[in-house]
Amino acid sequence: MSDGRIAQKHGAGGPAMRALIESVFVTGLGPVGAGLSAMDDGAAIPVGDRFLVLTTDSYVIKPLFFPGGDIGRLAICGTINDLSMMGATEPLGLTCAVIIEAGFAIADLERIRDSMRVACAEAGATIVTGDTKVMGRGELDGMVINTAGVAFASTVVPDSGLRVGDRIIVTGSVGDHGFAVMAVRHKLQLEGALASDVAPLNGLVRTALAAGGDRISAMKDPTRGGLSSTLHEMAAKGHVGIVLDEASLPVRPEVRAASELLGIDPLHVANEGKAVIGVRADAADGVLQALQAHALGRDAAIVGTCVAERPGSVILDTGFGRRLLAEPEGELLPRIC
Amino acid sequence: MSTGPSGAGELKFRDPARARELTTAIARLVEELGRAPVTLMHVCGTHEQAIARFGLRASLPAALRVIMGPGCPVCVTDLGEVDEGVALALQGVRIATYGDMLKLPGSSKSLADAQAEGARVEVVYSATQAVELARTSDEPVVFFASGFETTAVTTAAIVLSGPPANFSVLSAHKYVPPAMEAVARLPEARVEGFLAAGHAAVITGYGLFEDFARRHRTPVVVAGFEPLDILAALVKLLEMIRHGEHGVANAYPRCVTREGNRRAQESLWRVFEAVDGPWRGIGVIPDGNLQLRKEWAALDARHRFRIDVSGLQQAAQSELSRRCLCGKIMVGLVEPTDCPLFGRECLPDSPVGACMVSSEGTCKIWHQYGGRPDLGGTA
Repeated sequence: MSDGRIAQKHGAGGPAMRALIESVFVTGLGPVGAGLSAMDDGAAIPVGDRFLVLTTDSYVIKPLFFPGGDIGRLAICGTINDLSMMGATEPLGLTCAVIIEAGFAIADLERIRDSMRVACAEAGATIVTGDTKVMGRGELDGMVINTAGVAFASTVVPDSGLRVGDRIIVTGSVGDHGFAVMAVRHKLQLEGALASDVAPLNGLVRTALAAGGDRISAMKDPTRGGLSSTLHEMAAKGHVGIVLDEASLPVRPEVRAASELLGIDPLHVANEGKAVIGVRADAADGVLQALQAHALGRDAAIVGTCVAERPGSVILDTGFGRRLLAEPEGELLPRIC
Repeated sequence: MSTGPSGAGELKFRDPARARELTTAIARLVEELGRAPVTLMHVCGTHEQAIARFGLRASLPAALRVIMGPGCPVCVTDLGEVDEGVALALQGVRIATYGDMLKLPGSSKSLADAQAEGARVEVVYSATQAVELARTSDEPVVFFASGFETTAVTTAAIVLSGPPANFSVLSAHKYVPPAMEAVARLPEARVEGFLAAGHAAVITGYGLFEDFARRHRTPVVVAGFEPLDILAALVKLLEMIRHGEHGVANAYPRCVTREGNRRAQESLWRVFEAVDGPWRGIGVIPDGNLQLRKEWAALDARHRFRIDVSGLQQAAQSELSRRCLCGKIMVGLVEPTDCPLFGRECLPDSPVGACMVSSEGTCKIWHQYGGRPDLGGTA
């Protein structure tokens, strides 16, 4: 907040956003429960011998419709996934609040509603309450959706549990969502096979938890800021270094091509249907096999190892050498923009 | 960084097993030389991109320093040249330029500052696009052209193609070989060998470096841009140092010949002549600037317009820019991590020096790839 104003970088998922949340909300809201102060994906409220996990997220995306999904699917999956990353995979109910710009086509709204219904069905979730507001033309860009979700978890999986020796699994190819959206947003005419991976992950996470149990040490979904931000955050919270093996990272050829063309690292862009899972070394293969047997985890791979050196850093092993992985800052702009 | 989608042809040059053989050979050669440090210099942002991107420095012996010299054409664009572009823009002339030039600081303003004040500055990706802009406009369009000889060739082609009458060129093109001379003469640099940029040599031919290598008793190896190209070129360079050879070797034979591209050279020198000129942070480089020849005066913005930079030059240097080490970084005397501003006050979003502005700049590249290349103990 260098000049006392909010900048785009404060919403980009990187260090600037974490600093803003910490300085304005975490320290400024007074006593808070588990969740906010830990800056995890959601809150865990103890209820008897279980935890009620609660999470909320607002969705803005340009364009509203993109290859592989739309804002409606994104709003359902994002909240389901935030619950799932805490270990809460059986959603009790979702809320949905929409703010719509006057002039918005009702046909588009119905398309968005339909895709929310499909995503809910995939996740086994229902929207139990909602709210609708309309604002004047130009007072917002199209529409904003907020969803919240609640679910029980018997044990909460934090994003801070990594220990030295743990293996890092990603559940599939990285960069798909970010490049699909960027391609349409900047009219890059390289959409082709690029499609967002937006999907509800609760079924996949249930599979992982069934296979790994308490050997699963940490989970997080690599949304804004991409895999790089997520790994940096998990490394910092777990006080470990993470060595990432570039050769084992699943990246689709069309994403790699777009990445080289635009000069943007696939590790820096958002995913909406992937999880990063930390697993104790002895359970890693078992969890990996279980994930690969699931439709959303076919390309899952063990991509890294936690080390004692350089806590909080992510070290990229390129196969030719090693370097530190940078954390993305600010908005990612294609170099041909 | 390599361009275009990865294909089978490229993968051949990205084989980690072959890379390990080469780094073993490098370690053996450096040990045989028996002195530290052995300093080798490349003069190309694309080489630095590949070295940083693939973390190559972490696989090299500690006694070997591979440093970047003046290999970023935007970074060495002088304050005075930026001032000319800014002044023209503020005079109301439409400017077309490459994206990296936008944020490059001038004496008091950058082109982006001028843009914010209402001047019309358009980003183009090629000289051709700049001409297109002129064709679709009735007003004068000035192409503020930067880049080394590789890029200057494309500007020359446009000049020779008979552009529309409202088009002219403000040349900030630079010529690399004289800058290598200047660095080789710096006693404190102690460069024992040079990697020459493969894409420039495609045009100039590697024969161009033979006289340089002989006079400075320093070997030169022309290198490509894949990790294996660079490692193989380092092996060759160290072998030449080891055997006291002072010639030029071509480690990029799939693209580079001794003669180079004669037609491109002819058009380059038909349009441009090499003149003495200041390089930012380095000083006057004899024959370092490429200026349009007199016969093209009609296309030379410096002849077409009265460019008044006097209003831009009074600003005192800021406290921050006095602490900026870009000048020393660009000749390889210090590294970005030696600069107190690097990654703190100086960031890609808010660059202090030119090296953090351009995607070819050493500081921007280091920052992009994790901030420091030396991972020391992390085995």
